Amino acid sequence: MIDLSSNHFELFGLPVGFVLDSQALAGRYRELQGAVHPDRFASASDQEQRMALQQATWVNEAYEILRDPLRRARYLLQLHGMDSDGETITTRDAGFLMRQMELREALAAVRNAQDPEAELDALMRETRRMIDKEVAQLAVQFEDGSPDALQVVHESVSRMQFLNKLYDEAEALEAEMEDSC
Amino acid sequence: MAFLQIAEPGQSDAPHERRLAVGIDLGTTNSLVAAVRSGVAGTLPDEQGCCLLPSVVRYTSQGVIVGDEARAAASKDPHNTIASVKRLIGRGIEDVETLADRLPYEFVDTDSAVPRLRTVAGDVTPVEVSAEILKVLAKRAEATLGGPPTGVVITVPAYFDDAQRQASKDAAKLAGLHVFRLLNEPTAAAVAYGLDRGAEGVHAIYDLGGGTFDISILRLNKGVFEVLATGGDSALGGDDFDRAIAEWVLGQAGIGSEASPCHLRELMGRARVAKEVLSEQESADIEVTLPDGARWAGRIDRDTFNQLVDPLIRRTITACRRALRDAGVRPEDIEDVVMVGGSTRALRVREKVGEFFSTGPLVDIDPDKVVAIGAALQADVLAGNRPGGEMLLLDVIPLSLGIETMGGLVEKIVPRNTTIPVARAQEFTTFKDGQIAMAIHVVQGERELVADNRSLARFELRGIPPMVAGAARIRVTFSVDADGLLHVEAEELSQGVRASVEVKPSYGLTDEEITGMLKTSIEHAGEDMVARVLAEQRVEAARVIEALQAALTADGDELLDDEERQRIEQALVSLQATVETATDADEIRRATEELEKTCEFYVERRMNSNIRNAMAGHKVGEFE
Repeated sequence: MIDLSSNHFELFGLPVGFVLDSQALAGRYRELQGAVHPDRFASASDQEQRMALQQATWVNEAYEILRDPLRRARYLLQLHGMDSDGETITTRDAGFLMRQMELREALAAVRNAQDPEAELDALMRETRRMIDKEVAQLAVQFEDGSPDALQVVHESVSRMQFLNKLYDEAEALEAEMEDSC
Repeated sequence: MAFLQIAEPGQSDAPHERRLAVGIDLGTTNSLVAAVRSGVAGTLPDEQGCCLLPSVVRYTSQGVIVGDEARAAASKDPHNTIASVKRLIGRGIEDVETLADRLPYEFVDTDSAVPRLRTVAGDVTPVEVSAEILKVLAKRAEATLGGPPTGVVITVPAYFDDAQRQASKDAAKLAGLHVFRLLNEPTAAAVAYGLDRGAEGVHAIYDLGGGTFDISILRLNKGVFEVLATGGDSALGGDDFDRAIAEWVLGQAGIGSEASPCHLRELMGRARVAKEVLSEQESADIEVTLPDGARWAGRIDRDTFNQLVDPLIRRTITACRRALRDAGVRPEDIEDVVMVGGSTRALRVREKVGEFFSTGPLVDIDPDKVVAIGAALQADVLAGNRPGGEMLLLDVIPLSLGIETMGGLVEKIVPRNTTIPVARAQEFTTFKDGQIAMAIHVVQGERELVADNRSLARFELRGIPPMVAGAARIRVTFSVDADGLLHVEAEELSQGVRASVEVKPSYGLTDEEITGMLKTSIEHAGEDMVARVLAEQRVEAARVIEALQAALTADGDELLDDEERQRIEQALVSLQATVETATDADEIRRATEELEKTCEFYVERRMNSNIRNAMAGHKVGEFE
């Protein structure tokens, strides 16, 4: 049985840390599912099928968390015993608050732009660049691991949350624009 | 745990009997059954050597007719002859009403959420009609393979929602089949192609059937098929091509709403033939009888046909674009596009798809048979006939699952394209003092408003301990199993009380309705319900016994001490004895459960050792 109390990194046989080998993660994921997936137990008793279902669900959940930088960062904060609930984190960074407003306004203005596709593309690139910057920053701060560094992580996580959401919205708009043409 | 046979690759395990297993493609237009025989997967023909069974069911006062004979009678007996029932399965009265003016059937007014069609043999639901098709295929399999299959894999469009999946599974249950798994059609097609070619990389499966369209993007890696994204339209297919031609003919002939069901049926048939001709020739001749008895003759050329179907093809391309975005890949990353479904024979479809993906679509395997063949291969794996086989399918949920919140808005719980099985928990609280029940409305779809999505079910939670408003913490867990079916569980956290969940499916049959239908169906066949249930319980017990014996042989010595092994063997012998002597299904069920309880620790140990083996050789830090 997978020890449901063990941490996700242990489950995948990977060192606990923000930086991880995504190829190894994907490979371990396939190996684990190969061992526990309900398809492996389709001819077994109901009891085994139920157990396999539970295990495979758990492996999927762990994989989703580990492969997404934001969820991985939050999970690591949790392992450090820190509250990682996004909603309770407020950013005190006035500069970023300004930036947030600008980005929001830019997204809202896309539709009426002269060349909406180009506008949206530029905005998505900029957002992606900012997300990548946060990810790089997270790697450094988690490596440091000091209480001060983890505080910086907190803020980074909060910024990323905003950026990811904005990126999703931009993507939805892109889909809408493509579908209507 | 693995009551799996564990064998090194290349090393044959102890000789064991192959279990009969089949794959069934339950299609809108045609259905097929396939099996792996002597290591090769192929579709099973009927006595006339025909593999395709037209998915048409005709009800007469003498009995039920399925297939070619039913299809031939479609235009002279439209009310009793049900074609394309897949378009109705898992749908509600309202959906059917929007289709109804184009359907020649008579619908019965009932209180049930499920539409019923009036026939001379009584009222039938789409689930029962589908079950008739499955029964014919199951009989064909039994005759060809020399025995009834132990289990089946039934394919469904990847874009089918929960209600449509559940209804398909209910149909199999009604036909007396044990369903190993519901398998998505494009994934089945990928299996059929992937195993032949050993192709790695990212592939697209474009599946345009008679009434459904699916696009799946998946990655193949060492026998693992990982679906990255799926999309489609569960009400778009070749039938719509036929309809477009038929409407064109009506326009040309100057006929309006006076066309009767008989005429429409005939016209649709002619349109289908014309469409097929246009895949080979530049133009096709159409001749039909008009409502006033006169004949109309005309010719449709390829350009006209292309203009008629282009808007439909464009809808499929939009879905392709969306699936690629969800998968996070670009069209040029796609190595192959596999074409599936009879409607991909239309040259215009191949042309447009090739254009979009900038690659020539693959059409090597008969697009009508590829899904059934893939399903047969998977059924063979699930039956345990390929120990040590590496193949594994990791599929996704096609449409987001959410719940209704304040103001008729949807809160998403499980986003689309999440890998299944998956479970997500959500906490709720009570808003009145002493509240002991709560209703949760589950919907499926991508839109913001509840009204724009598909209602799946209303769950009533009961037995919440009475507390002041806001004090109760009710955790509701939404889980989607490997068939893509939703289950809901609820627990009150502060006092640890398990709330009971009552499900009211919005478009499905209740358990009682299914049981009732099953009973009627068995009695119709001249069987005895009690005997049937007893026989099924015996089969289940035999399955448990067989699996346990195989497990004990594989690793009983390694994982159990003498005392433990003795305890398990005693329980095993006791179940065997009960199976032989019992005349009551419940007695066997109890004995089976007793054995399972005794074995629980062993099952867990095996699961553990299984995972350890999978991860053997990997050490923490190895990749640093």
